[in-house]
Amino acid sequence: MISIFPSLLSGAVITLQLLVSSMFFGLIIGLIFAILRINKNPIINKFAYGYSYFFRGTPLLVQLYLIYYGLANIEFLRNSFFWVIIKEPYWCAIIAFSLNTGAYTSEILRSAFQTIKKGYIEAAQSLGVTKKITFYRIQLPIAIKQSLPAYGNEIILMLKGTSLASVITIMDLMGEARKVNVLTFKPFEAFITAGIIYLFITFIIHNIIKYLEKKYGFQT
Amino acid sequence: MELLSFGDTGWGDELFFATLMTIAVSIAAMAIGFIFASIFTPLKLSKNKTFNVIGNCYTTIIRGVPELLVIYLLFFGGTGAAMYVASIFGYDGYIEINAFITGALAIGIISGAYSTEVFRGAILSIDKGQFEASKVLGIKKYIQFYKIILPQMLRLSIPNLSNVWQITLKDTSLISVTGLVEIMRQSYIAAGSTRDPLFFYSVAAVLYLILTFLSMKLINKLEIKYSKGY
Repeated sequence: MISIFPSLLSGAVITLQLLVSSMFFGLIIGLIFAILRINKNPIINKFAYGYSYFFRGTPLLVQLYLIYYGLANIEFLRNSFFWVIIKEPYWCAIIAFSLNTGAYTSEILRSAFQTIKKGYIEAAQSLGVTKKITFYRIQLPIAIKQSLPAYGNEIILMLKGTSLASVITIMDLMGEARKVNVLTFKPFEAFITAGIIYLFITFIIHNIIKYLEKKYGFQT
Repeated sequence: MELLSFGDTGWGDELFFATLMTIAVSIAAMAIGFIFASIFTPLKLSKNKTFNVIGNCYTTIIRGVPELLVIYLLFFGGTGAAMYVASIFGYDGYIEINAFITGALAIGIISGAYSTEVFRGAILSIDKGQFEASKVLGIKKYIQFYKIILPQMLRLSIPNLSNVWQITLKDTSLISVTGLVEIMRQSYIAAGSTRDPLFFYSVAAVLYLILTFLSMKLINKLEIKYSKGY
Protein backbone atom coordinates (compact mmCIF):
# COMPACT_ATOMS: atom_id res chain seq x y z
CA MET A 1 0.00 0.00 0.00
CA ILE A 2 2.78 2.43 0.93
CA SER A 3 4.90 1.48 -2.06
CA ILE A 4 2.22 2.56 -4.55
CA PHE A 5 1.72 5.92 -2.90
CA PRO A 6 4.51 7.92 -4.63
CA SER A 7 3.41 6.94 -8.12
CA LEU A 8 -0.21 7.80 -7.33
CA LEU A 9 0.84 11.17 -5.94
CA SER A 10 2.79 11.98 -9.09
CA GLY A 11 -0.41 11.17 -10.97
CA ALA A 12 -2.38 13.45 -8.66
CA VAL A 13 -0.07 16.32 -9.65
CA ILE A 14 -0.97 15.77 -13.32
CA THR A 15 -4.66 15.62 -12.37
CA LEU A 16 -4.37 18.96 -10.57
CA GLN A 17 -2.51 20.50 -13.51
CA LEU A 18 -5.25 19.37 -15.88
CA LEU A 19 -7.92 20.66 -13.52
CA VAL A 20 -6.38 24.10 -12.96
CA SER A 21 -5.60 24.79 -16.62
CA SER A 22 -8.97 23.59 -17.90
CA MET A 23 -10.83 25.55 -15.21
CA PHE A 24 -8.85 28.65 -16.19
CA PHE A 25 -9.61 28.38 -19.91
CA GLY A 26 -13.13 27.17 -19.14
CA LEU A 27 -13.86 30.26 -17.09
CA ILE A 28 -12.80 32.52 -19.94
CA ILE A 29 -14.85 30.56 -22.48
CA GLY A 30 -17.79 30.44 -20.08
CA LEU A 31 -17.71 34.16 -19.51
CA ILE A 32 -17.60 34.93 -23.24
CA PHE A 33 -20.49 32.60 -24.01
CA ALA A 34 -22.54 33.84 -21.05
CA ILE A 35 -22.23 37.37 -22.45
CA LEU A 36 -23.21 36.07 -25.91
CA ARG A 37 -26.19 34.27 -24.38
CA ILE A 38 -27.65 37.44 -22.88
CA ASN A 39 -27.08 39.29 -26.16
CA LYS A 40 -30.34 40.38 -27.82
CA ASN A 41 -29.22 39.40 -31.33
CA PRO A 42 -31.00 36.07 -32.08
CA ILE A 43 -28.18 34.67 -34.25
CA ILE A 44 -25.46 35.24 -31.63
CA ASN A 45 -27.86 34.03 -28.99
CA LYS A 46 -28.70 30.81 -30.87
CA PHE A 47 -25.04 30.15 -31.58
CA ALA A 48 -24.14 30.39 -27.88
CA TYR A 49 -27.13 28.22 -26.99
CA GLY A 50 -26.12 25.62 -29.56
CA TYR A 51 -22.62 25.49 -28.14
CA SER A 52 -23.79 24.91 -24.60
CA TYR A 53 -26.47 22.45 -25.76
CA PHE A 54 -23.94 20.31 -27.62
CA PHE A 55 -21.38 20.19 -24.84
CA ARG A 56 -23.93 19.57 -22.11
CA GLY A 57 -25.89 17.02 -24.10
CA THR A 58 -23.06 14.70 -25.09
CA PRO A 59 -20.77 12.71 -22.81
CA LEU A 60 -17.34 14.15 -22.08
CA LEU A 61 -15.80 10.95 -23.44
CA VAL A 62 -17.30 11.62 -26.90
CA GLN A 63 -15.91 15.14 -26.89
CA LEU A 64 -12.51 13.88 -25.84
CA TYR A 65 -12.43 11.22 -28.57
CA LEU A 66 -13.68 13.70 -31.16
CA ILE A 67 -10.83 16.05 -30.39
CA TYR A 68 -8.10 13.46 -29.83
CA TYR A 69 -8.90 11.01 -32.65
CA GLY A 70 -11.26 13.07 -34.79
CA LEU A 71 -9.30 16.26 -35.35
CA ALA A 72 -6.25 14.30 -36.49
CA ASN A 73 -8.39 13.12 -39.40
CA ILE A 74 -8.64 16.56 -40.93
CA GLU A 75 -5.85 16.95 -43.49
CA PHE A 76 -5.93 20.72 -43.26
CA LEU A 77 -5.31 20.72 -39.50
CA ARG A 78 -2.55 18.13 -39.77
CA ASN A 79 -0.57 20.40 -42.04
CA SER A 80 -1.15 23.56 -40.07
CA PHE A 81 0.68 24.69 -37.00
CA PHE A 82 -2.22 23.48 -34.81
CA TRP A 83 -0.84 20.00 -35.25
CA VAL A 84 1.81 20.78 -32.64
CA ILE A 85 -0.98 21.19 -30.12
CA ILE A 86 -3.47 18.52 -31.14
CA LYS A 87 -0.94 15.73 -31.51
CA GLU A 88 -0.29 15.88 -27.77
CA PRO A 89 -2.89 13.98 -25.71
CA TYR A 90 -2.26 16.39 -22.84
CA TRP A 91 -3.36 19.42 -24.85
CA CYS A 92 -6.27 17.55 -26.39
CA ALA A 93 -7.49 16.74 -22.89
CA ILE A 94 -7.19 20.37 -21.83
CA ILE A 95 -9.07 21.55 -24.95
CA ALA A 96 -11.88 19.04 -24.40
CA PHE A 97 -12.19 19.76 -20.68
CA SER A 98 -12.08 23.53 -21.18
CA LEU A 99 -14.78 23.46 -23.84
CA ASN A 100 -16.91 21.17 -21.68
CA THR A 101 -16.59 23.15 -18.47
CA GLY A 102 -16.96 26.37 -20.48
CA ALA A 103 -20.43 25.26 -21.56
CA TYR A 104 -21.52 24.53 -18.00
CA THR A 105 -19.91 27.72 -16.68
CA SER A 106 -21.69 29.82 -19.31
CA GLU A 107 -25.04 28.41 -18.12
CA ILE A 108 -24.16 29.13 -14.47
CA LEU A 109 -23.10 32.70 -15.25
CA ARG A 110 -26.04 33.32 -17.57
CA SER A 111 -28.56 32.40 -14.89
CA ALA A 112 -26.63 34.59 -12.45
CA PHE A 113 -26.77 37.52 -14.87
CA GLN A 114 -30.48 37.04 -15.39
CA THR A 115 -31.31 36.93 -11.70
CA ILE A 116 -29.66 40.28 -11.02
CA LYS A 117 -32.38 42.65 -9.92
CA LYS A 118 -33.39 45.12 -12.63
CA GLY A 119 -33.34 47.87 -10.02
CA TYR A 120 -29.55 47.80 -9.80
CA ILE A 121 -29.13 48.43 -13.51
CA GLU A 122 -31.88 51.05 -13.57
CA ALA A 123 -30.33 52.80 -10.60
CA ALA A 124 -26.97 52.86 -12.38
CA GLN A 125 -28.61 54.20 -15.54
CA SER A 126 -30.43 56.94 -13.72
CA LEU A 127 -27.17 57.96 -12.05
CA GLY A 128 -25.63 58.32 -15.48
CA VAL A 129 -23.19 55.43 -15.15
CA THR A 130 -22.05 54.24 -18.57
CA LYS A 131 -23.07 50.79 -19.80
CA LYS A 132 -19.51 49.53 -19.74
CA ILE A 133 -18.91 50.51 -16.15
CA THR A 134 -22.32 49.15 -15.12
CA PHE A 135 -21.28 45.81 -16.56
CA TYR A 136 -17.79 45.64 -15.08
CA ARG A 137 -18.47 47.20 -11.68
CA ILE A 138 -22.04 46.10 -10.95
CA GLN A 139 -23.28 43.19 -13.05
CA LEU A 140 -20.09 41.14 -13.20
CA PRO A 141 -19.19 41.16 -9.49
CA ILE A 142 -22.76 40.32 -8.47
CA ALA A 143 -22.96 37.51 -11.04
CA ILE A 144 -19.67 36.01 -9.86
CA LYS A 145 -20.71 36.15 -6.22
CA GLN A 146 -24.08 34.63 -6.94
CA SER A 147 -22.70 31.77 -8.96
CA LEU A 148 -20.06 30.69 -6.42
CA PRO A 149 -21.94 27.67 -4.99
CA ALA A 150 -22.85 26.31 -8.42
CA TYR A 151 -19.34 26.97 -9.68
CA GLY A 152 -17.91 25.01 -6.77
CA ASN A 153 -19.98 22.03 -7.85
CA GLU A 154 -18.71 22.49 -11.39
CA ILE A 155 -15.08 22.37 -10.20
CA ILE A 156 -15.75 19.08 -8.41
CA LEU A 157 -17.53 17.67 -11.49
CA MET A 158 -14.53 18.68 -13.58
CA LEU A 159 -12.12 17.05 -11.13
CA LYS A 160 -14.03 13.82 -11.68
CA GLY A 161 -14.02 14.52 -15.41
CA THR A 162 -10.23 14.76 -15.56
CA SER A 163 -10.09 11.04 -14.76
CA LEU A 164 -11.13 10.47 -18.39
CA ALA A 165 -7.73 11.74 -19.48
CA SER A 166 -6.42 8.30 -18.52
CA VAL A 167 -8.19 6.71 -21.51
CA ILE A 168 -6.12 8.79 -23.92
CA THR A 169 -2.85 7.59 -22.36
CA ILE A 170 -2.27 10.46 -19.93
CA MET A 171 -0.82 9.20 -16.66
CA ASP A 172 -2.98 11.17 -14.29
CA LEU A 173 -4.15 9.80 -10.93
CA MET A 174 -6.55 7.41 -12.66
CA GLY A 175 -3.91 6.31 -15.16
CA GLU A 176 -1.42 5.58 -12.37
CA ALA A 177 -4.07 3.61 -10.48
CA ARG A 178 -4.73 1.55 -13.61
CA LYS A 179 -1.02 0.90 -14.03
CA VAL A 180 -0.69 -0.23 -10.42
CA ASN A 181 -3.66 -2.53 -10.92
CA VAL A 182 -2.13 -4.09 -14.01
CA LEU A 183 1.31 -4.50 -12.42
CA THR A 184 0.24 -5.87 -9.04
CA PHE A 185 -3.19 -7.42 -9.72
CA LYS A 186 -4.49 -5.68 -6.62
CA PRO A 187 -7.47 -3.70 -7.89
CA PHE A 188 -8.87 -2.86 -4.47
CA GLU A 189 -5.67 -1.32 -3.13
CA ALA A 190 -4.96 0.65 -6.28
CA PHE A 191 -8.44 2.04 -6.89
CA ILE A 192 -9.41 2.61 -3.26
CA THR A 193 -6.18 4.52 -2.58
CA ALA A 194 -6.81 6.61 -5.70
CA GLY A 195 -10.39 7.14 -4.51
CA ILE A 196 -9.16 8.42 -1.16
CA ILE A 197 -6.85 10.90 -2.91
CA TYR A 198 -9.74 12.08 -5.11
CA LEU A 199 -11.96 12.48 -2.05
CA PHE A 200 -9.24 14.44 -0.31
CA ILE A 201 -8.94 16.86 -3.26
CA THR A 202 -12.75 17.18 -3.40
CA PHE A 203 -12.79 17.92 0.32
CA ILE A 204 -10.22 20.70 -0.04
CA ILE A 205 -12.02 22.30 -3.01
CA HIS A 206 -15.31 22.10 -1.13
CA ASN A 207 -13.83 23.90 1.86
CA ILE A 208 -12.14 26.60 -0.20
CA ILE A 209 -15.45 27.38 -1.90
CA LYS A 210 -17.23 27.38 1.44
CA TYR A 211 -14.68 29.85 2.79
CA LEU A 212 -15.02 32.10 -0.27
CA GLU A 213 -18.80 31.97 0.01
CA LYS A 214 -18.60 33.08 3.60
CA LYS A 215 -16.16 35.85 2.83
CA TYR A 216 -17.66 37.24 -0.38
CA GLY A 217 -21.13 35.71 -0.10
CA PHE A 218 -23.94 37.86 -1.40
CA GLN A 219 -27.01 38.50 0.67
CA THR A 220 -30.11 39.41 -1.27
CA MET B 1 -23.72 8.13 -45.78
CA GLU B 2 -22.72 4.78 -47.22
CA LEU B 3 -20.94 4.05 -43.97
CA LEU B 4 -24.23 4.31 -42.12
CA SER B 5 -26.21 1.92 -44.34
CA PHE B 6 -27.82 -1.13 -42.80
CA GLY B 7 -26.53 -4.58 -43.65
CA ASP B 8 -23.04 -5.97 -44.17
CA THR B 9 -21.49 -2.93 -45.81
CA GLY B 10 -22.49 -0.23 -43.35
CA TRP B 11 -22.51 0.41 -39.65
CA GLY B 12 -26.14 1.53 -39.43
CA ASP B 13 -27.58 -1.59 -37.85
CA GLU B 14 -24.64 -1.98 -35.47
CA LEU B 15 -25.03 1.60 -34.28
CA PHE B 16 -28.79 1.13 -33.98
CA PHE B 17 -28.39 -1.88 -31.70
CA ALA B 18 -25.65 -0.06 -29.77
CA THR B 19 -28.12 2.77 -29.17
CA LEU B 20 -30.65 0.29 -27.87
CA MET B 21 -27.94 -1.09 -25.58
CA THR B 22 -27.20 2.39 -24.25
CA ILE B 23 -30.89 2.90 -23.51
CA ALA B 24 -31.12 -0.52 -21.83
CA VAL B 25 -28.07 0.10 -19.63
CA SER B 26 -29.33 3.56 -18.68
CA ILE B 27 -32.75 2.25 -17.69
CA ALA B 28 -31.23 -0.64 -15.73
CA ALA B 29 -28.81 1.74 -14.00
CA MET B 30 -31.62 4.16 -13.16
CA ALA B 31 -33.70 1.31 -11.68
CA ILE B 32 -30.74 0.06 -9.61
CA GLY B 33 -30.18 3.65 -8.53
CA PHE B 34 -33.78 3.86 -7.30
CA ILE B 35 -33.23 0.72 -5.22
CA PHE B 36 -30.13 2.29 -3.65
CA ALA B 37 -31.97 5.58 -3.15
CA SER B 38 -34.90 3.88 -1.43
CA ILE B 39 -32.44 2.32 1.02
CA PHE B 40 -30.31 5.38 1.68
CA THR B 41 -32.91 8.19 1.67
CA PRO B 42 -34.57 6.90 4.89
CA LEU B 43 -31.11 6.47 6.42
CA LYS B 44 -30.21 10.08 5.64
CA LEU B 45 -33.49 11.36 7.04
CA SER B 46 -33.58 9.19 10.16
CA LYS B 47 -32.99 10.67 13.58
CA ASN B 48 -30.47 7.94 14.43
CA LYS B 49 -26.93 9.34 14.21
CA THR B 50 -25.31 6.09 13.01
CA PHE B 51 -27.80 5.70 10.16
CA ASN B 52 -27.20 9.33 9.25
CA VAL B 53 -23.47 8.78 9.01
CA ILE B 54 -23.93 5.70 6.82
CA GLY B 55 -26.25 7.60 4.47
CA ASN B 56 -23.97 10.61 4.28
CA CYS B 57 -20.90 8.44 3.65
CA TYR B 58 -22.59 6.82 0.67
CA THR B 59 -23.63 10.04 -1.04
CA THR B 60 -20.44 11.94 -0.20
CA ILE B 61 -18.03 9.23 -1.31
CA ILE B 62 -19.85 8.33 -4.51
CA ARG B 63 -20.30 11.95 -5.53
CA GLY B 64 -16.69 12.74 -4.64
CA VAL B 65 -14.84 10.10 -6.65
CA PRO B 66 -14.74 9.81 -10.45
CA GLU B 67 -17.34 7.60 -12.11
CA LEU B 68 -14.57 5.77 -13.92
CA LEU B 69 -13.10 4.70 -10.57
CA VAL B 70 -16.34 3.03 -9.49
CA ILE B 71 -16.53 1.22 -12.82
CA TYR B 72 -12.93 0.00 -12.66
CA LEU B 73 -13.32 -1.05 -9.04
CA LEU B 74 -16.37 -3.14 -9.84
CA PHE B 75 -15.00 -4.48 -13.10
CA PHE B 76 -11.53 -5.52 -11.92
CA GLY B 77 -12.39 -5.96 -8.25
CA GLY B 78 -15.67 -7.74 -8.93
CA THR B 79 -13.98 -10.48 -10.93
CA GLY B 80 -11.41 -11.00 -8.18
CA ALA B 81 -14.03 -11.03 -5.47
CA ALA B 82 -16.22 -13.50 -7.37
CA MET B 83 -13.23 -15.78 -7.96
CA TYR B 84 -12.29 -15.59 -4.29
CA VAL B 85 -15.79 -16.56 -3.22
CA ALA B 86 -15.82 -19.37 -5.79
CA SER B 87 -12.45 -20.66 -4.58
CA ILE B 88 -13.92 -21.09 -1.09
CA PHE B 89 -16.42 -23.43 -2.65
CA GLY B 90 -13.69 -25.29 -4.50
CA TYR B 91 -13.94 -23.74 -7.96
CA ASP B 92 -10.62 -22.42 -9.22
CA GLY B 93 -11.39 -21.48 -12.82
CA TYR B 94 -11.58 -17.99 -14.25
CA ILE B 95 -14.88 -16.23 -13.81
CA GLU B 96 -15.83 -13.29 -15.93
CA ILE B 97 -18.72 -11.19 -14.78
CA ASN B 98 -21.01 -9.94 -17.50
CA ALA B 99 -20.07 -6.43 -18.62
CA PHE B 100 -23.73 -5.38 -18.76
CA ILE B 101 -24.33 -6.33 -15.13
CA THR B 102 -21.16 -4.71 -13.79
CA GLY B 103 -21.75 -1.61 -15.90
CA ALA B 104 -25.37 -1.20 -14.89
CA LEU B 105 -24.46 -1.84 -11.25
CA ALA B 106 -21.61 0.70 -11.28
CA ILE B 107 -23.66 3.43 -12.95
CA GLY B 108 -26.61 2.45 -10.74
CA ILE B 109 -24.56 3.02 -7.58
CA ILE B 110 -23.60 6.46 -8.91
CA SER B 111 -27.08 7.51 -10.02
CA GLY B 112 -28.40 6.15 -6.71
CA ALA B 113 -26.31 8.70 -4.84
CA TYR B 114 -27.78 11.54 -6.91
CA SER B 115 -31.32 10.16 -6.63
CA THR B 116 -30.92 9.91 -2.85
CA GLU B 117 -30.17 13.61 -2.69
CA VAL B 118 -33.13 14.41 -4.94
CA PHE B 119 -35.58 12.35 -2.85
CA ARG B 120 -34.22 13.76 0.38
CA GLY B 121 -34.69 17.31 -0.91
CA ALA B 122 -38.22 16.50 -2.10
CA ILE B 123 -39.28 15.04 1.26
CA LEU B 124 -37.78 17.96 3.14
CA SER B 125 -39.69 20.42 0.98
CA ILE B 126 -43.04 18.86 1.90
CA ASP B 127 -44.84 21.05 4.38
CA LYS B 128 -44.29 19.94 7.97
CA GLY B 129 -47.94 20.54 8.75
CA GLN B 130 -48.86 17.52 6.66
CA PHE B 131 -46.80 15.19 8.84
CA GLU B 132 -48.34 16.71 11.94
CA ALA B 133 -51.87 16.64 10.54
CA SER B 134 -51.65 12.97 9.61
CA LYS B 135 -50.27 12.24 13.08
CA VAL B 136 -53.16 14.07 14.69
CA LEU B 137 -55.63 12.12 12.56
CA GLY B 138 -54.05 8.91 13.87
CA ILE B 139 -52.87 7.71 10.47
CA LYS B 140 -50.36 4.89 10.77
CA LYS B 141 -46.78 5.68 9.79
CA TYR B 142 -46.57 3.46 6.71
CA ILE B 143 -49.96 4.58 5.41
CA GLN B 144 -48.84 8.16 5.95
CA PHE B 145 -45.77 7.43 3.84
CA TYR B 146 -47.50 5.57 0.99
CA LYS B 147 -50.62 7.69 0.71
CA ILE B 148 -49.44 11.17 1.61
CA ILE B 149 -45.68 11.57 1.41
CA LEU B 150 -44.70 9.28 -1.48
CA PRO B 151 -47.07 10.74 -4.14
CA GLN B 152 -45.96 14.28 -3.36
CA MET B 153 -42.31 13.28 -3.17
CA LEU B 154 -42.44 11.70 -6.63
CA ARG B 155 -44.14 14.71 -8.16
CA LEU B 156 -41.68 17.14 -6.59
CA SER B 157 -38.66 15.14 -7.68
CA ILE B 158 -39.51 14.82 -11.40
CA PRO B 159 -37.56 17.92 -12.53
CA ASN B 160 -34.44 16.94 -10.60
CA LEU B 161 -34.75 13.29 -11.58
CA SER B 162 -34.65 14.40 -15.19
CA ASN B 163 -31.20 15.86 -14.46
CA VAL B 164 -30.15 12.57 -12.85
CA TRP B 165 -31.37 10.73 -15.94
CA GLN B 166 -29.28 12.97 -18.20
CA ILE B 167 -26.21 12.38 -16.05
CA THR B 168 -26.85 8.63 -16.04
CA LEU B 169 -27.32 8.53 -19.80
CA LYS B 170 -24.01 10.31 -20.34
CA ASP B 171 -22.23 8.20 -17.72
CA THR B 172 -23.10 5.00 -19.58
CA SER B 173 -20.56 6.05 -22.23
CA LEU B 174 -17.90 5.24 -19.63
CA ILE B 175 -18.92 1.58 -19.55
CA SER B 176 -17.37 1.30 -23.01
CA VAL B 177 -13.96 0.96 -21.31
CA THR B 178 -15.06 -2.44 -20.00
CA GLY B 179 -15.96 -3.67 -23.46
CA LEU B 180 -19.75 -3.49 -23.42
CA VAL B 181 -20.87 -2.65 -26.96
CA GLU B 182 -22.92 0.52 -26.56
CA ILE B 183 -22.78 3.69 -28.68
CA MET B 184 -19.30 4.70 -27.59
CA ARG B 185 -17.73 1.25 -27.97
CA GLN B 186 -19.42 0.66 -31.33
CA SER B 187 -18.14 3.98 -32.66
CA TYR B 188 -14.68 3.09 -31.37
CA ILE B 189 -14.79 -0.21 -33.25
CA ALA B 190 -16.20 1.41 -36.39
CA ALA B 191 -13.67 4.25 -36.23
CA GLY B 192 -10.87 1.73 -35.84
CA SER B 193 -11.84 -0.42 -38.80
CA THR B 194 -12.77 2.37 -41.20
CA ARG B 195 -10.08 4.82 -40.05
CA ASP B 196 -12.62 7.57 -39.94
CA PRO B 197 -12.85 8.56 -36.27
CA LEU B 198 -14.10 12.09 -36.96
CA PHE B 199 -17.21 10.79 -38.71
CA PHE B 200 -18.09 8.04 -36.26
CA TYR B 201 -17.54 10.06 -33.10
CA SER B 202 -19.67 12.83 -34.61
CA VAL B 203 -22.38 10.23 -35.21
CA ALA B 204 -22.01 9.13 -31.59
CA ALA B 205 -22.35 12.72 -30.42
CA VAL B 206 -25.49 13.18 -32.54
CA LEU B 207 -26.98 9.94 -31.20
CA TYR B 208 -26.42 11.11 -27.62
CA LEU B 209 -27.93 14.49 -28.46
CA ILE B 210 -31.01 12.79 -29.93
CA LEU B 211 -31.35 10.63 -26.82
CA THR B 212 -31.06 13.56 -24.43
CA PHE B 213 -33.41 15.68 -26.54
CA LEU B 214 -36.10 12.99 -26.76
CA SER B 215 -35.92 12.13 -23.09
CA MET B 216 -36.18 15.78 -22.15
CA LYS B 217 -39.35 16.12 -24.25
CA LEU B 218 -40.80 13.00 -22.63
CA ILE B 219 -40.01 14.10 -19.10
CA ASN B 220 -41.48 17.55 -19.73
CA LYS B 221 -44.72 15.87 -20.75
CA LEU B 222 -44.68 13.79 -17.58
CA GLU B 223 -44.05 16.88 -15.52
CA ILE B 224 -47.02 18.68 -17.04
CA LYS B 225 -49.20 15.63 -16.55
CA TYR B 226 -48.38 15.21 -12.88
CA SER B 227 -48.58 18.86 -11.92
CA LYS B 228 -52.07 19.27 -13.38
CA GLY B 229 -53.74 19.52 -10.00
CA TYR B 230 -51.44 22.31 -8.81
